Amino acid sequence: MSPPLLAVEHLSKAYGGVHAVQDVSFTLAAGELLAMIGPNGAGKSTCFNMLNGQVAPDAGQVAISGRDVTGLPPRQVARLGIGRTFQITATFPSMTVRENVQVALLAGAGRMNRLAGHAGASFVAEADELCRLVGMGHAAGRPAGELAYGDLKRLELAVALANKPVLLLMDEPTAGMAPAERVEMMRLTADIARESSLGVLFTEHDMDVVFEHADRVIVLDRGRIIAEGTPAAIRENPAVRATYLGEGLTFGHAPAAGARAHA
Amino acid sequence: MLEVTGLNGWYGPAHILFDVDLTVGPGEVVALLGRNGAGKSTTFRAVVGLLAKRSGRVRFAGRDISDLPTHDIARAGLGYVPEDRRIFTELTVAENLEVGRQPARAGAATWTPERLFELFPNLGAMRTRPGGRMSGGEQQMLTIARTLMGNPKLVLLDEPSEGLAPKIVEEMATAILAMKGEGVSVVLSEQNLHFARLISDRAIIIERGRVRFDGTMAELEARPEVRDAYLAV
Amino acid sequence: MSFLLVQFLTGLAGACSLFLVASGLSIIFGVTRIVNFAHGAFYMAGAYVAYSLTTRFSGGLGFWGGLVAAALVVAALGALIEIVLLRRIYHAPELFQLLATFGVTLIFQDLSVMIWGPEDLVGRRAPGLQGAVDVFGQAVPLYDLFLIVLGPTVLGLLWLLFHRTRFGILVRAATQDRDMVAALGVNQKWLFTAVFGLGIFLAALGGALQLPRDAVSHTMDLRIIVEVFVVVVVGGLGSVTGAFVAALLVSELNAFGILVLPQISLVLVFAVMAVVLVVRPFGLFGKAEGPARPAVAATIRPWRVFGPRERLAVAAAVGLAALLPLVAGNYLLAVAAELLIFALFAASLQFLMSTGGLVSFGHAAYFGLGGYGAAFASKAFGLPMAGAVAAGIGLAATGAALFGWFCVRLSGVYFAMLTLAFAQIAWSVAFQWTAVTGGDNGLLGIWPPAWASSPRVFYLVALAAAVAGIAALRILVFSPFGYGLRAVRDSTLRAESIGLDRIRMQWAAFTLAGAVAGLAGALFAFLKGSVFPDNLGIPLSVDGLVMVLLGGVETVSGAVVGALVFRTLTILLMSYTDASKLVLGLLIVVLVVAFPRGIVGSLSEFLARRQDRAATARAGALKPAE
Repeated sequence: MSPPLLAVEHLSKAYGGVHAVQDVSFTLAAGELLAMIGPNGAGKSTCFNMLNGQVAPDAGQVAISGRDVTGLPPRQVARLGIGRTFQITATFPSMTVRENVQVALLAGAGRMNRLAGHAGASFVAEADELCRLVGMGHAAGRPAGELAYGDLKRLELAVALANKPVLLLMDEPTAGMAPAERVEMMRLTADIARESSLGVLFTEHDMDVVFEHADRVIVLDRGRIIAEGTPAAIRENPAVRATYLGEGLTFGHAPAAGARAHA
Repeated sequence: MLEVTGLNGWYGPAHILFDVDLTVGPGEVVALLGRNGAGKSTTFRAVVGLLAKRSGRVRFAGRDISDLPTHDIARAGLGYVPEDRRIFTELTVAENLEVGRQPARAGAATWTPERLFELFPNLGAMRTRPGGRMSGGEQQMLTIARTLMGNPKLVLLDEPSEGLAPKIVEEMATAILAMKGEGVSVVLSEQNLHFARLISDRAIIIERGRVRFDGTMAELEARPEVRDAYLAV
Repeated sequence: MSFLLVQFLTGLAGACSLFLVASGLSIIFGVTRIVNFAHGAFYMAGAYVAYSLTTRFSGGLGFWGGLVAAALVVAALGALIEIVLLRRIYHAPELFQLLATFGVTLIFQDLSVMIWGPEDLVGRRAPGLQGAVDVFGQAVPLYDLFLIVLGPTVLGLLWLLFHRTRFGILVRAATQDRDMVAALGVNQKWLFTAVFGLGIFLAALGGALQLPRDAVSHTMDLRIIVEVFVVVVVGGLGSVTGAFVAALLVSELNAFGILVLPQISLVLVFAVMAVVLVVRPFGLFGKAEGPARPAVAATIRPWRVFGPRERLAVAAAVGLAALLPLVAGNYLLAVAAELLIFALFAASLQFLMSTGGLVSFGHAAYFGLGGYGAAFASKAFGLPMAGAVAAGIGLAATGAALFGWFCVRLSGVYFAMLTLAFAQIAWSVAFQWTAVTGGDNGLLGIWPPAWASSPRVFYLVALAAAVAGIAALRILVFSPFGYGLRAVRDSTLRAESIGLDRIRMQWAAFTLAGAVAGLAGALFAFLKGSVFPDNLGIPLSVDGLVMVLLGGVETVSGAVVGALVFRTLTILLMSYTDASKLVLGLLIVVLVVAFPRGIVGSLSEFLARRQDRAATARAGALKPAE
């Protein structure tokens, strides 16, 4: 049997005596959407940052398709086919939408060291195709610095998809978007993921988004995994209700188990 | 208590707020609802003088505060809790509270650290802990407590539930109702209608910088088309 | 053994003033986020005012009262400057803040010469502490012991101030989030002024306390500021404890370094700094800053390549410049060649600043290295001009690669301080290593070969080099490498997560910019026939920044226009006034406050606005009345 797309084993990290992440293990298969939820400060961001090499773990291992990537810097993890989006969007505001994607394509092709030739004229077709894919085709020539927040999130997705990743790490992909936009954004991501059988790991506070789109959910609390399972099982899990979900007064009516928009 | 008339606001060259009117009575809890980017945070920033360019009148507790600098508005008894918490991570809980301290104010409840620890028991157990070592929910409680140290007559709460676990959001609702019980008026901006419904007397819906609805919570419930048009729940 | 102990005590005593000045800088930075380049100037002012108060007007205050009064007077002056100048630039990009405070330094330098004269002044000894005590058979001045005790005392007092008073708590809160403090009812304007005044008080007191130990001179500002930068970089900006520990370390290194190798003591200090930075990039007690603020404001309007009209205009300008020898005399041609060389230098710095987002305060180091490289090659090895210029470029690129390796590990103000410190090392090596560099006398007799010796031909050579160099930089801006650099500048987080290596790219950019500056420096050596340490001094580095700023940071053409205008201005200034630093300082301050976008930036903004207006007018004319 081939190794899973992403395998995390016994990952731990402490800051000044506080255990941000403790002994976290899970796997993720190609084509799967895995949600990581939990209260703020539960260690979700730290966990993400360890997966793409921004933070070095104290202990544990991260393997991508069986290859150990623990301790590699983000740029090397990226070259192994990991796309990432950030909680607060990170794009290049001084460039147009198209140029943002072109830079990602140039970087992926290893052509960033060329000292001559016009970068704005390379990979135009590929860049435009990606912009179209995320619904930004009409805005390809606009400066990223003046985009609305939702559009920035889309652009980030295009950039993350530029180099045909095998795994997407999305930290709160819909934070700061209007509810309708949220659903649309996740639907788009889910479609892309299933079409190209990408693995997607995402954190999210919007329970409606989580329960509608995730195949599986991991719940983190104080750095530990306290529950793992299908969205339906997680909703009914008493430990999760006690620490995280509460009585369900503050989120809407997610569809019942199994009724996900899953073709 | 608070009376805003014809408020316009700009962010750089972009005109964001258009003739926003809103009033808040003593001890009232008003929810300012709307999508992201509708102008809720900008309204708050304009009221407390953190927006570089704006026009319109703001009257508070019987006096015109339209042209006062931010710190004088705070000293007039108008508290503001921004959306991203912004506690002082290097300072302890007690020190965070000290930064917010203002002299007692006639006509407003007087808060001391001891009283606040009754309202937020979690905080009382961690007085010497640096703010950076607290969980998101505890930090949100601390920002509210810190603003209450200024003995405000009215508090603007920007997205108090954003990014919090549903369970903490329920605790937040309890705390806001306790503030109301002390006679503090509250305006909270929200995208979470479920949460707003739990605690508010009145709702104001803002969309693209304009007020589209102003009425009681019951009136809003009775008009699902308004809700669907502007809130997209 | 006892000799070493005494040396150790001397080091401890020397640390006192260094700590006071550095802690002041750190406290100001913490709250205002401004690295106050004028801090050395206030230190110097403290010493001068204390000199006057204790010698000329010593009645009433006495010696000690005079020292404290001097610090208070200077602190009041500092508060005034904060109100008048700094309040206008708190939201400006870092570069402008650094430059504006540097402008204040220049103004202070000329003013101090005007008021106190150019000679060094020797102050009074401290009454009651003139004597020395015997420590294992060696005499240790009592005043040194006083300073050894004073340092930790001040540290303790500052700790109490920041942890036990409301003012201190507010300062610590404001260090993290100024707007939030205002929203809680604290008047941050006056908090800032008070903090700035406190920091300046510490600097001025540090200067005043040096009175019994050292002569007061008008060069003490730059000397201390470089040492203070080393201290805060090693200790960690914003940390008072860090400033204390690092001041001790640096002072001891100086005290013992001088025993081992007098000429190299500075190098020893910098070596330690380099090691600390590699191990802990934010200093011993510093914390990682959040993402650095852009040093230069990023434009929203994306750059684009020249259209046919612009190409034609550039070709016409170059063609006209090539025709200059037909009308101009020899003097004018020499001046024009100099202008071209500085345009090339400014363009290389502009590339680094805008595309790379790296604001170097020591770019002249590579200009100077280019000159020295060419001079060595031509004098010692008898290389022809082309070979010598190539050698100059080689030396500059090597120097830039060496220094750059350390510098690009940092960003923002740390980067600026480190580049400045390295330039100062290069300068002191050129100044002190007389056997090789000729020291202050420089290297003379570097002339072009016969074919290029006429001003006319040399002008054309300079024109060709400048055009080729600037064109190469422009090609670089639009190349994949240039885009990668901008990507790294715009968002390091994003750039790294698509596989770009920030450090390596910025290192390459730093080296390339250094090489182009080296080309300019080598040509300059052949133009003047000589090289002096001034060619790599800090004033020239700052001139470069002013040229770029004057023209407009955002475009290559801005750097060229800025260099032409600035150099012409300086040449005129030199012949009309003695107070050239005063005028330059005022020019910088006015530029930063009133014209932050520079000549070309303001012009293109004006044109864009006119176009917009025209477009709206047209649209309005077409639209029927509503």
